[in-house]
Amino acid sequence: MANYVLVESRDPFEYQDAQAFYDLARDLTKAGNKVTFYLVQNGVIPARRGCRFERVAELAQAGVSVIADDFSLRERAIPTGKLHDKVTVSNVDALVDLLMQDGTKAIWH
Amino acid sequence: MAKTLSIVECAYRGTIEEQDDTVLWFNQAMVNAGFEVDVLLRGNAVNYAVRGQDVSGLRFGAASLDNPPHIDKDVEWFQAKNRTVYVVAEDLADRGIDRAELVEPVKVVPRAEVARIVTGYDRVYNW
Amino acid sequence: MARKTLSVLLMDPPYESNNTPTALRVIDAALRKGHNVNVFAYEGAVALTLKGQAPHPNPVKGTTVEQQQHPTPKDWIAALMKSVQGDQKIDWINCGLCVDERGAGDWIEGARRGSPADFAKMADASNQTLVIATR
Repeated sequence: MANYVLVESRDPFEYQDAQAFYDLARDLTKAGNKVTFYLVQNGVIPARRGCRFERVAELAQAGVSVIADDFSLRERAIPTGKLHDKVTVSNVDALVDLLMQDGTKAIWH
Repeated sequence: MAKTLSIVECAYRGTIEEQDDTVLWFNQAMVNAGFEVDVLLRGNAVNYAVRGQDVSGLRFGAASLDNPPHIDKDVEWFQAKNRTVYVVAEDLADRGIDRAELVEPVKVVPRAEVARIVTGYDRVYNW
Repeated sequence: MARKTLSVLLMDPPYESNNTPTALRVIDAALRKGHNVNVFAYEGAVALTLKGQAPHPNPVKGTTVEQQQHPTPKDWIAALMKSVQGDQKIDWINCGLCVDERGAGDWIEGARRGSPADFAKMADASNQTLVIATR
């Protein structure tokens, strides 16, 4: 089984296509792959607790590691305390480490 | 050689100024350079597989578009080069596109198959 | 230890997308971590390295050019190119046909002209490749 880093830069309220990317993360995990879902730019918007788009929680429950980019959160004044409790905050340095791990496939949406 | 899947979602962006879809064109260039690239059309880009897309006759003053894009032919091009073009079935259905309207022989696949298809490639680019 | 290589394809022109600063953040992080980086600028992204980009005053805020302290994207990219250490490399390729159709050939030192085949070769020789497409 493979290691995937899926970077979601789009928010599902603006881009319906984001749903397909969430589907991909879920389905790759169901198939036994290790998936990290890194939210960046407007992609962090659904990480807010109480957001009507609830698929961040669905992914985390399915075993996906959901990470929100600290810079993108700060840019949008989303404090850590307002995030869904299954979302981890990290940074671009850590993203690069994830991307550069041997055997990792990366997809940017 | 590594196998690449290009997932194409965005459609009709810059296609008239460029006289091509720049993403399909880029992938054609990679195929021409000998690389193994397949294409998966989803979202609005499923419309790229519809036969008969036509923007001929466009003009601005005396400047006319004499070489319009023929994106359906570009989709067929991949087949002629023995590359696979997948099209997501539900995205066709969502848009009311009948399979009989499509160029042949694209491979219509259910949305639930996309993850399995992705795992079969060394690199996946989402355009 | 041999350096790893990250290749990134960009499509957005300057000032039009949140993708640009994010991509530069990733490139910056990769360089700071000692990786080699290749960048293939496609479509509007060929304008990122245009030499003629110039900062401007801000009449809404009432600030002068000097007060604005506004590096343009080409300045950021030049700084990234300067930041490489030892044998580390950053290779910035502008898609030649995209350059021609935009008249965008006057770029900063360090960038070069190329084609989609160059991107495919870069990707083949890299440890990781990101395509950051436009919308």
